Amino acid sequence: MDLEHYLSLAVKSIFIENMALAFFLGMCSFLACSKKVDTAIGLGCAVIFVQAITIPLNNLLLNYVLKEGALAWIHPSMEHVDLTFLGFITYIGTIAAMVQIVEMALDRYVPALYSALGVFLPLIAVNCAILAGSLFMVERDYDLADSIVFGFGSGIGWALAIVALAAVREKMRYSNVPASLRGLGMTFMLTGLMAIAFMAFGGIQL
Amino acid sequence: MAFGKKEKEALLDPLFNNNPIALQVLGICSALAVTTKLDKAVVMSVALTLVTAFSSLSVSLIRNKIPNSIRIIVQLAIIASLVIVTDQILKAFVFSISQQLSVFVGLIITNCIVMGRAEAYAMQNGPVLSFIDGFGNGLGYSFVLILTAVIREFFGSGSLYGVQILNPTTMGGWYVPNGMMLLAPAAFFIIGFFIWVLRTLKPGQIEMED
Repeated sequence: MDLEHYLSLAVKSIFIENMALAFFLGMCSFLACSKKVDTAIGLGCAVIFVQAITIPLNNLLLNYVLKEGALAWIHPSMEHVDLTFLGFITYIGTIAAMVQIVEMALDRYVPALYSALGVFLPLIAVNCAILAGSLFMVERDYDLADSIVFGFGSGIGWALAIVALAAVREKMRYSNVPASLRGLGMTFMLTGLMAIAFMAFGGIQL
Repeated sequence: MAFGKKEKEALLDPLFNNNPIALQVLGICSALAVTTKLDKAVVMSVALTLVTAFSSLSVSLIRNKIPNSIRIIVQLAIIASLVIVTDQILKAFVFSISQQLSVFVGLIITNCIVMGRAEAYAMQNGPVLSFIDGFGNGLGYSFVLILTAVIREFFGSGSLYGVQILNPTTMGGWYVPNGMMLLAPAAFFIIGFFIWVLRTLKPGQIEMED
């Protein structure tokens, strides 16, 4: 495990396996909050922030509470307890609680950032990209360091995609789109074209 | 209870007039990701329809007892428990499809349709009506999902539900599969076109310039 491994993981999670454009995650807020670049940047930052905190945290929970034999540190007799089926409810609980805590902490200590992120923080609890990050971490057996890198990387990738889409949509205002394609329909087409562009990263290997 | 006009509306409205995907922009994440194969889409549709129906039912049953300030977390807990049950059932009976769906079964929890219906409809309406509404929205979602999956699987691999219909060149036939259909961008285009067609037919849904 060296630097190269983490660098390759970061590039993979930002570009090649972009949460928004390759896995379609967090689409609801991706489409709804991408009308202006400002809001897109706010939401993007909030996602990076929460993603980077919850994925390592859920990784710790998985390895020390949920996995088979993970509870052995409490008492040797609990070696055979397997709580993995409680995974979903634990992760979503962690995420909801984390979002709440982050919100309160920001409000208390960094009010400028808090007012900048505004309504987006609570919205993030139900953003599928966040839960999916934790579920991918479980499925791919990341260790703690891996999940920190993956958390940052996938958050940055998502933020990059939403900011780029918002920039394109601001320009779209000057184009004459067929009436029934206006709004949501056109956004889908744009996202499709962006997804094609991001597929160009597909062959990159570090 | 008689199946009156109100019940019928709750069931059929989400199909075309108020489609959760095309009009309310809800639950798109999974709609795009699981539609490369028809069987995956069908399993996902059934799972989501049942989860939405039963979560609306349970939220509606206890709607007068939930304190307003913690209603989101209560709804999440109900939905998460239902999804855990669904996931365990899928793992037990259709293991290979459940492997292919990977994280997307779990993502039903954060699917905005489920949360949206619980929050917008079930908190105000009775259990029976909420159940029907949840079911109807599930059907509206399934409709788009299955349509997309049919197009993608048919053109992408020349088969439907795993049964080969067009004979692909790789097996000595004449059809050259359109690999693009199986990739991410195609899903966006198909749903984009679907919205286009729907809004041309129903001009009332066209978005105004802002």
